[in-house]
Amino acid sequence: MVDSRGRGTSIRIRECAKTFPDGTRALEPMSLEIHGGETVVFLGPSGCGKTTTLRIIAGLESPDSGGQVWFDDEDVTALPIEHRNVGMVFQSYALFPNMNVEENIAYGLKIRKFSRGEVSSRVEEMLDMMQIHELRHRTINQLSGGQRQRVALARAIAVQPKVLLLDEPLTALDALLRERLRVDIDRLLRDLGITAVYVTHDQAEAMSLGDRIVVMSHGRVAQVGTPRQIYFEPRDPFVADFIGTMNRLSGVVENGVLTARGGSVELDEHPDGPIEILFRPESATIGNTGNSMLQGRVSGVFFLGDRTRLIIEEAGEEPVIVETAGSREFETGQRVGVDIDRDAILVL
Amino acid sequence: MGRTRNFYLQFGFTLLVCSFLIVPVIMSVMAGITENFFKGIASGVTLKWVWQVWDLYADTIFLSMLIAIACLACTIVLGVPAAYVLSKRQGAVARAIEELLTLPLAVPGLAIALALIVTYGGFRDFRASWLFILIGHVLYTLPFMMRSVLAVLSSADFRTLEEGAASLGAGFWRRFFDIVIPNCRSGILAGSLMVVTLSMGEFNITWMLHTPENKTLPVGLADSYASMRLEVGSAYTVVFLVMIIPLLIALQKWGQPRKTRPVVEEPELPSGGRQGGKTDG
Repeated sequence: MVDSRGRGTSIRIRECAKTFPDGTRALEPMSLEIHGGETVVFLGPSGCGKTTTLRIIAGLESPDSGGQVWFDDEDVTALPIEHRNVGMVFQSYALFPNMNVEENIAYGLKIRKFSRGEVSSRVEEMLDMMQIHELRHRTINQLSGGQRQRVALARAIAVQPKVLLLDEPLTALDALLRERLRVDIDRLLRDLGITAVYVTHDQAEAMSLGDRIVVMSHGRVAQVGTPRQIYFEPRDPFVADFIGTMNRLSGVVENGVLTARGGSVELDEHPDGPIEILFRPESATIGNTGNSMLQGRVSGVFFLGDRTRLIIEEAGEEPVIVETAGSREFETGQRVGVDIDRDAILVL
Repeated sequence: MGRTRNFYLQFGFTLLVCSFLIVPVIMSVMAGITENFFKGIASGVTLKWVWQVWDLYADTIFLSMLIAIACLACTIVLGVPAAYVLSKRQGAVARAIEELLTLPLAVPGLAIALALIVTYGGFRDFRASWLFILIGHVLYTLPFMMRSVLAVLSSADFRTLEEGAASLGAGFWRRFFDIVIPNCRSGILAGSLMVVTLSMGEFNITWMLHTPENKTLPVGLADSYASMRLEVGSAYTVVFLVMIIPLLIALQKWGQPRKTRPVVEEPELPSGGRQGGKTDG
């Protein structure tokens, strides 16, 4: 239905910084290119500048002087949001309480002076797409949170925006519903082929929705990459810690062998000296106490069904987290061996 | 559940308070329709006092209505945008102005009237016209409209609503008339109720500002109490009530939010989001 199927508008952010009137620096100068049809997720803790960046793209905030925002070959920096043709979905939905579902969806179309027939057929199409036909005559306060979010999405895409901007759209919902809507949004973005920018602090959302993820921290971009790159090749300790669980093992390397508190790990081609290595819980296995790389003592057992998460002390300075098959039983205090997949070891 | 002694105590207390409020009104109405107040209702019931009031004071009634409606129009046109601007500003000046809005409650009406006379008294034609009274009423009632609208504006996230409308392509004026005004409706109506009743009943300022040609209903009422039989004054009260009560009921009715039944089919959402049937108002 959107003409731009598969070839959306590209977004270029050039040297955009944001300093608020009270002097707070919300965003350090950043540049980023978002390709047409791509879904980019801004991920980071609150106050990292992700929402500010989204609002700069939307036109709700203007960047400090020198910053530029381009949609394809058009410099939109000076355009207010109402002239940028963006679709926006807010965390609080921002649905109009004085209008019913249909009227909310039709609002943008009426402003664009679509004919009555066009408006009603487009509204119909949106109600179908979001499967909210039975809600069409309800007022906003008769809707549940999930229903509101569907209406907000329908309203945003009804006008065939150049780009779709989503500001923590699922944060106000409970976990089960969040999961369900996430799948729906993913399908929707793929189907529309629209360029989308999605802001969240939830790494699971970021991993499952983003073609690329922009991890942000303290107003800076920490790393830009595909979900796999971000997970397997984090560029710095912040990214490593923020995405998933990461174990740290510190010790001293001598002749290519790291000696840590609970044992030693052979490393290839690392200069001698103190070092900290990182590895994911799933990159380690529980072995026999005798011939494993590290020895430790189980201090916590969390049975998750398909797997068991173990917290192991004394292997390193910090506790090490290892995930193993759910079928094997462990008890606290038990001594175990830990082996690390040497190919999955990261040194930052 | 049986009705306990406690229930009857509370019920009795409520009745007592109600009668405290309503009995003087009933007494006054009775006085207005009895033949002779000093002999009591036994002397007979009549409407002649009411007709007499109508003959003598009909023009004051019409002037009061005119001023109340004009005053309402002024306070809406001035007050709603002013409240909107105040709600958008975060600075200390805006907060100070908000505080100042309570001032007319503290300053006696006579002082306001005197200030107006000192300021505009020199313009003779203006001084003699009903517009002079209107100015006094607007000055006095504007803060009530503004406070009432401000309360609604600060109770909901209008900023995000406006951003939502802007993202759909709405410029400032469309946002103001499509989103801000309709969602302030309850505040505007509550304010209107205050403005109309205050203007209709306003005496202090009006008494200072009126001329023999321009008397409002309350001024006429004072006049009739002072110079006529008690029955005439009371009949005047009857007229006043007959006029103001339907008006109040009508405004109250409009002030009700749209009837909504919260219906939720998805068995989700124990938290967040839903504000349910309890809407504004």
